[in-house]
This record gives sequence, C-alpha cells and structure tokens, in this order.
Amino acid sequence: MAKRLAVVDVERCVDCLLCAQACARRFGEGGLARSAIAVRSAGGVERGFVVVVCRACDDPPCLHACPVGAIEKGPVGVRVVLDRCIGCKACVAACTIGAVGWDEEGGKPVICVHCGLCARFCPYGVLALEEVEGG
Amino acid sequence: MDRLLPRVLRVDLTRKRSWVEERPDLFRDRLGGTGAAIELLHELCPPGADPLGPENPIVFAVGALSALYPLASKTVALFKSPHTGNLGESHCGGRTAFALRLAGYGALVVEGRSDVPVYLSIHDGGVRFRDARTLWGMGSSVTVGRILRDVEPGSGHRTILRIGRAGERGVTYAAAIAETYRHFGRLGLGAVLGSKNLKAIVLSGRGAIPVAEMGRYQKLYRELHERAVRSDLMTKYHELGTAQNVGPLNEMGALPVRNLQATRYPEEPAFSGERLAQGYLGRRLACAGCPVACIHLAALREPHPAEPYFYKTTFVSYDHEPLYALGAMLGVEEAAGVLKLIDAVGHVGLDAMTAGVVLAWATEAFERGLISEAETGGVRPRWGDVAVYGEMIGRIADRESEFYRVLGEGVRAAAERYGGAEFALHFGGNEMPGYHTGPGAFLTYLSGARHSHLDSAGYAVDQDLLRRGEEIPPADLARRLLAEEARRQVLSSLVICFFARGLYDFPTIAACLGALGDDWDEGRLRNLGAEILRRKHAFKVREGFRLATLPIPERAVTTPAPGGAVNGTYLRRALAEMERWLEGSDELEG
Ligand code: SF4
Ligand code: SF4
Ligand code: SF4
Repeated sequence: MAKRLAVVDVERCVDCLLCAQACARRFGEGGLARSAIAVRSAGGVERGFVVVVCRACDDPPCLHACPVGAIEKGPVGVRVVLDRCIGCKACVAACTIGAVGWDEEGGKPVICVHCGLCARFCPYGVLALEEVEGG
Repeated sequence: MDRLLPRVLRVDLTRKRSWVEERPDLFRDRLGGTGAAIELLHELCPPGADPLGPENPIVFAVGALSALYPLASKTVALFKSPHTGNLGESHCGGRTAFALRLAGYGALVVEGRSDVPVYLSIHDGGVRFRDARTLWGMGSSVTVGRILRDVEPGSGHRTILRIGRAGERGVTYAAAIAETYRHFGRLGLGAVLGSKNLKAIVLSGRGAIPVAEMGRYQKLYRELHERAVRSDLMTKYHELGTAQNVGPLNEMGALPVRNLQATRYPEEPAFSGERLAQGYLGRRLACAGCPVACIHLAALREPHPAEPYFYKTTFVSYDHEPLYALGAMLGVEEAAGVLKLIDAVGHVGLDAMTAGVVLAWATEAFERGLISEAETGGVRPRWGDVAVYGEMIGRIADRESEFYRVLGEGVRAAAERYGGAEFALHFGGNEMPGYHTGPGAFLTYLSGARHSHLDSAGYAVDQDLLRRGEEIPPADLARRLLAEEARRQVLSSLVICFFARGLYDFPTIAACLGALGDDWDEGRLRNLGAEILRRKHAFKVREGFRLATLPIPERAVTTPAPGGAVNGTYLRRALAEMERWLEGSDELEG
C-alpha cells in the first residue's frame, strides 16, 4: 500500500530543520537548496511552527497548472518530469499551501516524493508516513 | 572543504561597500570558526583600537562542519570587547550559522561606522544598507524583530540579529539578539554594533553544500544523529534544559545567592528547572541543525495593569545563567519575578549575566551606604525587589545619570568609582557566572579566552574532584583546564555546540572532515587547538592583559565553596603555570 508523508503533530516541532536537511541529502548534498520541506514560524517562534510540505492532493492543482504537462501523478502525490519542465513556476503559484519548492540553481520545482526520509530524522514525531486509501 | 566556505564577506559601513575575499588558508588550515576569526581579528583590529571606534571589526564565522553535521549549529563572533578591553568572543545559536553558511560564506566581517543608523539586508549574494532611523531608539528589541520579520524576505531560512537600546547607547555589556530568544550575550557585541550605527543584520541563505564523499557523510550523519538522540543529552538538555543545574547547585551550596553572600536557598528555589517546567514551560526550540532542542520558553501570564480580566502572555527563554544572575544573585524568591527580569533585559538588549551581577553589587553597595538615593535617583535596591530591579534595568540601558552610566560599564568600573571592590564579582572585568564550585571554576573565569564558565569547564572539574574527594596540585589543575580549553577551540572552529562535546572526540571529528575531503588526524587537531588558544592569548596580551596578576575578588575566596574556601595562593600558582604555558611552546597532554 502506498504511503504519504503527513504532518501528524506539529505542536512538538522545535524548528531544528533536520527534516529539511535530510530531504536535501537525497540529492547527495548538504544545505537546503533542494529540500522539498520547509519550516516557518507561525508568526514568531513562540507561537509554534508551520511545516510546509506536499500533501499529495487527489486532484493536484500543480499538475493542472503546468502548461507543458511536466507534472504527472505519482504512486503518491506527483512527479516532476524535469526534462519537460520549462521553469515557468506556474506550479509554485498553483499550490495553495506553498509546497512547491524551487531549486534556484537548477531553475526547477522541487516537490516531495513521499519517501519518508525526513520522518526518520525528525526527533519529535512531527512527521510520519501514513497509509493512503486506495493508493 | 567546499569552495564556498572560504568566502569572507567584508562589509564597510563607512563607505557603504561590500566585497568578498577568498581565504582558503583560514578555512582549510584553521577549520574556520574561532580559528579563522582570531586570525582575522589580529589582521584587522589595530593594536590599542577603541572598542567603540570604527576601527574595531566584528568577525562572525562558521566552520567546516557548520550546517552539515548534527549540533554544528553555532556562530562565533570575535571583536575587541568594550567591556574588558581585550578579546571579545561570543557564541550564538539560532539560525545564524545556517543562514551564513547557506548564503555561501564562511565569515562576515563588519567594519567602519555608518553616518546614519542602518541595518544590513543580505540576500541572494547582495548586501543592502537599509535605513534604520525608524528602528533606532525603539523601546524593545522584540518590536524591532517583529518589524524586520515582516519587511524582509527569507522567511524560514534567515537570521535576524539585532540590538536593543542598551547597544545603541554603548552599555559595555549590551547583547546582540538572534531570533528573539538566542543571544551573543557576553562581552558587549551589542555595544560594538551600536557604535557602528548598525541596528540589525538580516541574512538569509538556503544554498547547497557539495559533499566530497556522500556515502561516508550519510553514514556518519546517521550515526551521530542516533548517538545524539539516544545519549543523555536529551535528558540533560531537552527535558529541563540548563535550568536543571539550579537545583543541584543549590543543594551542594554552589549557587551564588545575594551577591555571593550565600551559596544556597534554604529550599529548592522557585526557579529551579523542575519547578519552571511544571509551572511555566510553554515551548521548546532548537537551533537549526540540532535535535536536542535545549531552548526553553516559559509562558508568563500576567494580569494587565489597566484592563480588568485581561491577561498578557509573554514568552521568556530561560537558562541556568540568567536564572542565577537575575534570580539567585538578586535574592529573588518568585519564579515569575525572575522571568520578568529576564524579559526586561531582553527588551533593552543587555547581557543577563552581567546585568544581574551589576544589580547585586548595587544592592550591597546601597545596603552598606557606599551609594544612596542621591545616586540611584530615588530607588532603593533591595534583595528580591523585582519592581525596583526592573526600573534600574531600564535606567542602565538609557544611561540615565552619572551613576547609571557607570553601572553600564560593569562592577569593575562601579567599584573603582564608588568603592566595594571586595564584593565586585568580576574576573578580568567580566562578571561572574553562576557556579561557585571551587578553584577550577575561578581559574576558568580568570583564564578562559572569553572569561566564560564554558571555556574550560572548571566547574565540572571541581565537581569531579569533590566526588572523588581528591585534591590536585595547582599546576596539574592548570594543565587539565588548558587541555580542555584547547580541545574546545577545535569545537568552536568547526563550529559545534559545546553541549555536543561528548559526541565529537578527535577521531570522530577527523572522520567527519574526511567525508568532506579534508585530511586531518588526532595529532593535528590537538596541535591546532593549542595554537588557537595561544593566538587568542596573544591578542589579549597585545591589548594589555596580564593573567598572573589579575585581581581575584575577595568575596569569591571568603565565601566557602562546597570544598571549603578557595585558597588565593593556590589560584596564583595555577595562574602562573597557565601563563607560562600560554606564552611558551610546550605540548599539553590531552
Ligand atoms: S505540490 Fe501542492 S498542489 Fe501539488 S500535489 Fe502537492 S500539495 Fe497538491
Ligand atoms: S518525504 Fe522525502 S521528499 Fe518528501 S519532504 Fe520528506 S525527505 Fe523530502
Ligand atoms: S525535524 Fe521535526 S521537529 Fe525538526 S523542524 Fe522538522 S518537523 Fe520540526
């Protein structure tokens, strides 16, 4: 059964960014340039955090927005066909929750592939892979 | 080492110019961080520089492991200290290290003085000098942070470093504040920034760091991560935070109370780690790159003075040192009272530790009649009187009168002017940290490159010796502390949080560097640590520092520590040994 990355307990998030670092390591690099997950304060750190990551829409606006069909449905969420992508950022604008990241150097979108690596490094159980219905 | 780390971003506030210099020598051979920064300080700070003059540079640096390995989460700042007149070194967590490194720099050097108040806005390779006249003079540093959060880009991957009123006005122990709850607290970085007319630095970065051997790196990262989350770091620092020290120190009679007239409260203080966690803990935070999350925020709920049935909730970050200085040293009994004072120093931007010791000196001086209401401007400092202390904090920040101006230079200056040197608790001009554990602690305060309890952890050696019921000759204690401090120079070059010192022994560090393509071994790391320590000492000596003849405050040796009153002659012998080593070239056993 396919699994989706979910933010399950955001109250425990401490803003350590280990999730974002783990995601970037998928590409064989350090830093955050190609991380598909971001953490922002909810208006001042004392109010807690917002973890921004793709939630694997059933009917993904990002996919519909792409003018060249570079975003396809994946087993869970979407896949970006980088060779087809023209770097127009239409997908970035289309995702209501801002979950389409941008790789400045490559000029291409970065979208979570729901691999779950970040959840393995989150020390506080904020993230988890969840079974997807009918996935 | 990747090609971006050796880039030093130089910013000249006088000419409003910036440029990048490549310094592979400092980042390859010295690992960056404090090792690189001390060299830049030697180069850029002219001998005898006025610490509050345009000639005093500020060096912020990260190192080879920053933003790559767990707990490599700190930024070091070096400058000439307006508080001690020699080396100023301060470390800060938050997001600064991530932002600096991922913006593609190993160091940021700020020089000169702007003609009008400005703040620096550094994003995507560009440096902008922005008008800060509207922000200048604002009552609270928290408000400044809120405004910059809204008007500046980079949310989620930036640092907002700013000063408060105290820094603008040159209080020599003014702090710089990052992300509201983290500080470059000690030795007056806030005043140096203020003297440059620099209100804030907003810096963002989210670039990539190429890694030479990804397989090895991933494996090491995973191992260190597992060790960190399974280690006692989590119980020690995550659960209660550094505040967990308050109770045990009180119990063993090593908590300085009421200007070190006593060393314990009869009962567990209301602001011990346990009691704060039960009554106030509202959130825990981590520095970027750290799984431990030792930052503890208390939610302080107070009735609004003007509006019935209305409460305001303030978040206050607490740690052992501010609790000691603004709680125990001032004889405060209520947890809410200590939290209010910690909040107050944050708003005006003072170092909490020095502020507490200064107020403690003032209280005792007032009791003894060295100063009166004529000096204090009608307020009557009294142990535990939080309202009066809150008032005085504002007056110190505003340098309201001759008396408060002098208080704004620390207890050494205050005692010179009004007397009371015997109970002015400073070591080399820097106010005492919160451990009255014995000779090791004092030697650390006196000799440490930044006069900090964390330089060589003498407080831990004291407790270790006490447990074993052992006494060691002064020269042995001196060498043990020097070896520890030399080791910590390597950590603060990389730049690893000292709380992770147990995770990173030299072989582990060499392996971490190896995965990045840098060839180091234990011996070379050890030599580098000793070399950096000597380079720092040389800077201090250049600026007039003499270790062996530093005065030792009488109160510190007359109030018994847990192992009895500390012997002044013992301390002198140890200091002489330290000076001999620091100015010589012998090796140290690890
Ligand atoms: S990127 Fe945004 S729009 Fe696209 S599937 Fe994920 S959440 Fe939906
Ligand atoms: S699930 Fe995988 S791709 Fe998605 S944010 Fe986590 S690490 Fe990145
Ligand atoms: S790893 Fe977990 S706790 Fe840390 S920032 Fe990500 S979601 Fe928050």
